Amino acid sequence: MSMDTVFKALADDTRRQLLDRLFARNGQTLGALCEELEMSRQAVTKHLALLEAANLISTQKHGREKLHFLNPIPINEIADRWIGKYERHRVRALADLKKHLEGKTDD
Amino acid sequence: MTDKFVYVTYIRTTPEKVWEALTTPEFTRQFWFGIAQETTWEPGAEWKLVGSEGKVYDTGEVLECDPPRRYAVSWRNEFRPELKDEGHSRCVMDIEPAGDLVKLTVTHTIDREGSKFIQSVSGGWPAVLSSLKSLLETGKALPRPTIG
Repeated sequence: MSMDTVFKALADDTRRQLLDRLFARNGQTLGALCEELEMSRQAVTKHLALLEAANLISTQKHGREKLHFLNPIPINEIADRWIGKYERHRVRALADLKKHLEGKTDD
Repeated sequence: MTDKFVYVTYIRTTPEKVWEALTTPEFTRQFWFGIAQETTWEPGAEWKLVGSEGKVYDTGEVLECDPPRRYAVSWRNEFRPELKDEGHSRCVMDIEPAGDLVKLTVTHTIDREGSKFIQSVSGGWPAVLSSLKSLLETGKALPRPTIG
């Protein structure tokens, strides 16, 4: 659960895509994630295990299914480590400006 | 369908300390940016989330209480009409020993999809949990993050 584990888990495009899928729709089954990524169950299972070991996802049993949830707590700790609490709104303002100038919005 | 998030943090402490931090208002205000839970913790008892100036932010009731392992409360926002209209959510805290750490899991659920309430609280929990972790591990809570 060290920060090394978190960075290693994040240093892979497929695993970042899995987090993106959960960010878009939280609480998905292995089957749903395999379909979205068009990958085999074994490959996705392996990636999910690494993400869970890094505490980047949490899981809950729901009947016979296991649901996967994005857990942003380790990412929040990374932000807390390097972004001063009172600077965060300025960082956000800059990120919003960049999005605006590049013509991308969240909405 | 339901909207739900499940946040997990590992804290180097004991389940009893986590329980005390969450259920003792003077302790809770230190890490929850001035906010505390007010209740007797009896199942069925009224539950309130109250700011240091006495403002009631959220209300509900105690659904389960099993110290120092688990509590569940029903939880409805009281100060933003569009969130209050969504009705009661359910917040469950699970505190489990994990080696020399404690695994704290917050599960917040509401019986609707596209919930603005869940979206709103999901942004607040990470800062609260980081601050709780910091207070229990180092004796210092984190300053309130600026949302802007």
